[in-house]
Amino acid sequence: MPIDIDITKVARLARIGLTAEELAHYEEQLQVILEHAARVQALPTEGVAPTAHPLPMVNAFRPDEVEQTLDREEVLSQAPDREGPYFRVPPFLDE
Amino acid sequence: MSYEAVIGIETHVELQTASKMFCGCPTDFGAEPNTNVCPVCLGLPGALPVPNERAIEWTVALGIALGCEISQHSVFHRKNYFYADLPKNYQISQFDLPLCVGGHLEVDPGSGVRRVGITRVHLEEDTGKSTHLGGGGRIHDAEGALIDFNRSGIPLLEVVTEPDIRSPEEARAYAQELRAIVLALGISDARLEEGSLRFDANVSLRPEGADELGIKVEVKNMNSLRSLQRALAFEIERQTALLDKGEAIDQETRHWDEEAGRTEPGRSKEESSDYRYFPEPDLVPIQTNPEAVERIRGALPELPALRRARHIALGVEPAAAATMASAGLAAMFDDAVSAGADPRAAANWVTGEITAHLNRTGDDPSDLVMDGRGLAELVGMIGGGELSSTAAKEVLIGVLAGEGSPREVAAAKDLMQISDESAIVSEVDAVIETHPDEVARMKDGDERLAGFLVGQVMKATGGRADPRLVDRLIRERVGL
Repeated sequence: MPIDIDITKVARLARIGLTAEELAHYEEQLQVILEHAARVQALPTEGVAPTAHPLPMVNAFRPDEVEQTLDREEVLSQAPDREGPYFRVPPFLDE
Repeated sequence: MSYEAVIGIETHVELQTASKMFCGCPTDFGAEPNTNVCPVCLGLPGALPVPNERAIEWTVALGIALGCEISQHSVFHRKNYFYADLPKNYQISQFDLPLCVGGHLEVDPGSGVRRVGITRVHLEEDTGKSTHLGGGGRIHDAEGALIDFNRSGIPLLEVVTEPDIRSPEEARAYAQELRAIVLALGISDARLEEGSLRFDANVSLRPEGADELGIKVEVKNMNSLRSLQRALAFEIERQTALLDKGEAIDQETRHWDEEAGRTEPGRSKEESSDYRYFPEPDLVPIQTNPEAVERIRGALPELPALRRARHIALGVEPAAAATMASAGLAAMFDDAVSAGADPRAAANWVTGEITAHLNRTGDDPSDLVMDGRGLAELVGMIGGGELSSTAAKEVLIGVLAGEGSPREVAAAKDLMQISDESAIVSEVDAVIETHPDEVARMKDGDERLAGFLVGQVMKATGGRADPRLVDRLIRERVGL
């Protein structure tokens, strides 16, 4: 049973510009994923507590201790653009 | 028509842990840009977050202080977020399973106590700091932005209230009380001007007496208690004018412009579901154990409301008690009182000269070189007649400048009051000798002249005589 997907909205929310062919391609792939999810959702789960994580594990913490940081020059050398000690990025909050 | 304002506040509190929320980078404010960074807080592929245990304990501590229920099972979620100040393209936050739910805070804006419901307290990570380039400072016209990731990943608490606040004054009182609690817990330096405490508010209006909520506007960018109050007052006025004209309120986010004294429209409001929260697969759930929660509860310091009540019972004026609690000066006061200072006098110095000194220098209470014991010494010297209150102010300046204890400074500056009768008698006799007319009129019953003669003796002793002693000696000599 095909599931209704607003693929343009999904693309917009992900801030990805896609061509019409790409949109159709991804819509088809997402259909498969959602159909699988629908099958899982159809299982009887009364009395089963929701799971947030597949591992039977809780409370993996670290103590509040300072560790080694990276070298700034090394970090900034990976950036497409920089200005002095800062990363430089295109304007944002500009929708 | 008459409207009622309905206000809810979201407060972000930057925790003063030594390291960040999900990595070991330091959190110090004012470090060189992009030096407190690592693969985790830069969002580099493959880097894995590990939660800071202290940040979780502190969130629980604030939750307990606000009367919240502490969730036994709590989960971190990813919130999709597409701005360059958080390079992972999501923020690790909490969604439907926050650490603390359902508390309240009692606040008094001066018109009586109000109870503000707390919806939730959750833990998330802060974003990097962006500086927008060009466009005359207007975000909309910017040509680009510079990013410093030192702040990225600093633990951030979010405290959300119910829409229980009804006026800008109540909003301010709430913010002030929350700040006092955060300071008492010692979990944040709560400096508004450095952004470690930030407020957003949801404001809507409804006709007086109506139950239904109006359309709400989110107001951001309020960087002081004063701007919170001003921004809300402006927004209420703006919405009232629109409704009176029969116009609709747009559901939107508006930014407070402190200089212009008005709110301006910001980016369009995304629906909550557009953030597409989902459980953070890199983090396992948090399970709080009841004994640990009780241990945190047992270790909580005295909270501001109780502390104020105790101080008022000691004879401190309510306003002074409130000032001490919110300024982080209550500990100094307590230390002074346990070192023997008169509570009322100690409170006057704390809220008067010492607060003025902090305002003047911009220092933090923790920067003060004088402790409660020093204050007790100063107050004791005034009470014991060793120091006039004028001289005491000068002594305090010296003490706060690190010149020594009150007694040392008073001695070095030659400010000790002369309380030794034999040292003053000769000055008193000389003044009586040189003012026969005034003495005669005083004998005839003009009491005011006693004050004049005391003034003359004070002048002759360079202000160092104990005026009460001088007054007694003059009256004795004149025969009153």
